[in-house]
Amino acid sequence: MGQAPDAATLLQRLRRPRSVLPGFGIALGFALTYLSLIVLIPLAGVFVRSAELDVDQITRVLTSPRVIAALKLSFGAAFLAAAINAVFGALVAWVFVRYRFPGKRIFDAIIDLPFALPTAVAGIALTALYARNGWIGQFLEPMGLKVAFAPAGIVVALTFIGLPFVVRTLQPVLEDAERELEEAAASLGASRLQTVVRVILPGVLPAWLAGFALAFARGVGEYGSVIFIAGNLPMVSEIAPLLIIIKLEEFDYGGATLIAAAMLVVSFVLLLLINLLQAATSTRRKRT
Amino acid sequence: MSVAIGQDEDRREPLRPPRIERNAAISEPRWVRVALITLALSFLGVFLVTPLVAVFVEAFRKGARVYFEAIVAPDAVAALKLTLLAASVSVIANLTFGIAAAWAIAKFEFRGKQLLTTLIDLPFSVSPVIAGLVFVLIFSSHGWAGPWLLDHGIKVLFSPPGIILATVFVTFPFVARELIPLMQEQGTDAEQAALSLGASGFKTFFYVTLPSIRWALLYGVLLCNARAMGEFGAVSVVSGHIRGQTNTLPLHVEILYNEYSFAAAFAVASLLAGLALVTLVVKSLLEWRFADELAATHRH
Repeated sequence: MGQAPDAATLLQRLRRPRSVLPGFGIALGFALTYLSLIVLIPLAGVFVRSAELDVDQITRVLTSPRVIAALKLSFGAAFLAAAINAVFGALVAWVFVRYRFPGKRIFDAIIDLPFALPTAVAGIALTALYARNGWIGQFLEPMGLKVAFAPAGIVVALTFIGLPFVVRTLQPVLEDAERELEEAAASLGASRLQTVVRVILPGVLPAWLAGFALAFARGVGEYGSVIFIAGNLPMVSEIAPLLIIIKLEEFDYGGATLIAAAMLVVSFVLLLLINLLQAATSTRRKRT
Repeated sequence: MSVAIGQDEDRREPLRPPRIERNAAISEPRWVRVALITLALSFLGVFLVTPLVAVFVEAFRKGARVYFEAIVAPDAVAALKLTLLAASVSVIANLTFGIAAAWAIAKFEFRGKQLLTTLIDLPFSVSPVIAGLVFVLIFSSHGWAGPWLLDHGIKVLFSPPGIILATVFVTFPFVARELIPLMQEQGTDAEQAALSLGASGFKTFFYVTLPSIRWALLYGVLLCNARAMGEFGAVSVVSGHIRGQTNTLPLHVEILYNEYSFAAAFAVASLLAGLALVTLVVKSLLEWRFADELAATHRH
């Protein structure tokens, strides 16, 4: 698919793939129909609905302080949580790839817990832990750190949700990293820290950023784990997805749709970025 | 040299030590290693293990009797049934789609393949609440299809069909994304051989393709099922929260929790946490035992 073929060959290629295997038409046809019906058309509805609203209403919704506060909180908390995960996720990935220690298999399996544990369960468990009388909250509260029912709780919930994204994106790339390069750096007199920062880090950077972006994107849209711990105070700890639900319950479909459209646009930009980063990662991996 | 530094080690065999660690030039001093391991495990302990333990401790706080009463309560049983229904429909629908999409994408060349692969992942980057919202826009009484369907006595929103649709949406990519990379790697040689020996298309699929993707298929189904049973945001938007009728297990947990029946909420939550644990165990077993028959990259 290097150079652009002319229209005739393109059509032929679309219609008749050069393969002796059967079932192309029906498989692709079914897949495209199903994809359109379940995902594409419903999602397109958000933008069609938004476009139907008049400019006045659009500006009124998107500039209302409550909406701006909610969007700021969702993106800000997700960014902070993704940053925490980028640091600790990298540490966890490094430790699991490079070192051995007892219980490694069990801990490695537990890293995926946030993928498997329903978000509502995570939400009530975290709330119980960080509440004033909870196992962790009882130590934080005297220090003046209020986590449950405060914006900090949102960051804690999103850190829980996002951790596996960074670890699982980074792990395979670290595993593939060429140890010869490190040996070469060491033999040329580089200190271990220099080797890590200047030899290993550049190689895993795209994957690291991709993991960060995945955790961030997931955090922005997260709902279940957050609403229990957040306290949901308008302007203070009310996340954007919750505001969508509140608008829906008030039958303000236009408002709900607009917030959704704004969030979708950002998600799609993030998705594009993630794809580019992962493409960069996979070419790097193929080269090695 | 590559053997000496452990490059050929199977990366899914963490128990076999990479010999690298004895090479001082490209490793860290012992105290650094111990410190990093301690820090990483403490982080995992605080952020992942304690919430899990807390679920079970809170569930039994008021004793076993309260626990079992919460689980066998009629509303809980109704929620469980709806959860199982939504999960099984989602798994079957997305399994069928996953196989069809992977067959087309992995075994044939066509324009726009990359775009299609990206679009399949789209539901993962959409907030669950928006996944629910899109179906409200379509099926509410002010929506596109809602009025017509309601006139014909079909209620999608605030009833099981809407819950099933929202669940199918959020679990859409799971099977496809496990199958596509694996089947792409496997190529078409085996299928071509079967066909040239006179097997029919269906025979080729069932006796050649299917056996080689069965573990990846199970892996995808496992993840799909876990997410389907645990989905909260999307289902919450379309459910209407009618007790005993349109509540799934996660929604039932929320209702109990908001009524301050904490022990009961955690009891029902512990069922879901148990499901998550089973999922993790089976998933890990699949990864250890059949690493080669799963997608080459360990990603999510």
